[in-house]
Amino acid sequence: MRKLFRKLLVTISAVAVVSAVGFSTSVVAGSGSDLEQGKKLAFDKKKGNCLACHLIAGGDMAGNIAPPLVAMKARFPDIKTLKAQISDARVKNPNTIMPPFKPHGILTSGEIDKITAYIQSL
Amino acid sequence: MKITMTATIAALVFGLMPFTAVQASPADDVKAFQGFFAKKFKDTKFDDYINGIYSIDAASRKQWVEIEEFPPYELAVENGEELWNKPFANGKGFKDCFKGDVSAIRAKYPHYDDKADTIVTLESAINKCRTDNGEKPFKWKKGKIAEVSAYIAYQGRGQTIAVKMPSSDKELAWYNKGKNFFYAKRGQLNMACADCHVYNAGNFIRADRLSPALGHPSHFPVYRSKWGSMGTLHRRYGGCNKNIRAKPFKAQSDEYKALEYFQAIMSNGLKWNGPGARK
Ligand code: HEC
Ligand code: HEC
Repeated sequence: MRKLFRKLLVTISAVAVVSAVGFSTSVVAGSGSDLEQGKKLAFDKKKGNCLACHLIAGGDMAGNIAPPLVAMKARFPDIKTLKAQISDARVKNPNTIMPPFKPHGILTSGEIDKITAYIQSL
Repeated sequence: MKITMTATIAALVFGLMPFTAVQASPADDVKAFQGFFAKKFKDTKFDDYINGIYSIDAASRKQWVEIEEFPPYELAVENGEELWNKPFANGKGFKDCFKGDVSAIRAKYPHYDDKADTIVTLESAINKCRTDNGEKPFKWKKGKIAEVSAYIAYQGRGQTIAVKMPSSDKELAWYNKGKNFFYAKRGQLNMACADCHVYNAGNFIRADRLSPALGHPSHFPVYRSKWGSMGTLHRRYGGCNKNIRAKPFKAQSDEYKALEYFQAIMSNGLKWNGPGARK
């Protein structure tokens, strides 16, 4: 059941990414190594640990507490909005379970920049 | 340090709770709390919430049922019985503190003690018996205290959780302390017990499926594979606090006593079924 759920979402995300690239005009911003670092930070249990709650393509055993992070460019065309969401999700939803990464010092501003670039590339 | 140790109890949190307003009586809270889970997990019978995550997760339940055939807590129950029967240096024993039938003990805790204005937990009563008789207290979270508790829990299986509902101002103060603790966000990760065990019960956090808070205290102490040993409810509370990078409180601190009191009241009507086995 759980496996199926994951497979399903991975498939959905693959489809979604393709279509997102379809309607975005620019090529993925940032150097490959920055995106790589962003991905590492996002997956690291001691850093972003985004997989605890979000499904992200390429990540193992993701949780299902939160919306899957797919087609991000289409949904967050403005990187500032995305960074704000990742920095402090409480601004949009005061009762959110998503940790306040910036104000609680879980991630530095530089780390959030890298994660944001990576997430937007999804 | 940016880690916030103190909890922020936003009025908003209460606004968004699937429960009645702050002024609600404990009886209203119990009704709302149990009703919330009844609606969320339609296939789970009320009595089954004593089985934690297995009450809502058929896949892992099968494995657990197999484990229960050779229960990993069996040795603890046996050791606990020995300790129960072993006289202290002064010739007295646990039987002199906990009078009456052993099977009736478990269901007497937690309760509010008027004279001391505190919540008496089973573990606190076990150690009080020792110190009253000139013995050293056991360590609080695991080992002998969990063994004696496991023996008493085992003997008391099937009794109903029936914590007296708080009514005096002092009782209500303890109740509200526990309730606030349960709904307050804390720690660097800023999460409340309710975030995981109410709103997201049944969801996966990474590979772990979250148990419903209803029934949480029923099966403690618990043998946990991850610990490789038995632990008390307050040991588990400490673990869940650490996971969200909050400073855990001491076992049997007023905070955890109040939390246990609140959780047991929310579970009123279920059956005691300790000790338990969990992942
Ligand atoms: C403990 C759970 C949890 C963790 C960890 C978490 N999030 Fe979230 N996130 C949520 C929830 C729940 C939402 C849905 C909106 C809300 O309730 O705030 C969300 C929403 C989002 C959104 C908006 C998605 C949308 O479709 O609108 C983005 C983007 C996001 N998170 C990114 C991240 C990133 C990046 C990380 C790691 C650095 C992360 N999240 C870690 C729980 C979490
Ligand atoms: C980040 C999510 C999270 C938070 C916040 C959290 N827990 Fe847990 N808790 C878990 C997970 C995961 C488990 C293990 C799976 C299960 O049984 O739920 C667990 C297990 C438990 C158990 C054991 C359940 C059983 O059947 O043996 C208890 C009791 C418990 N938590 C109480 C609490 C309390 C009280 C709080 C707040 C002080 C809390 N938890 C906060 C994630 C959390």
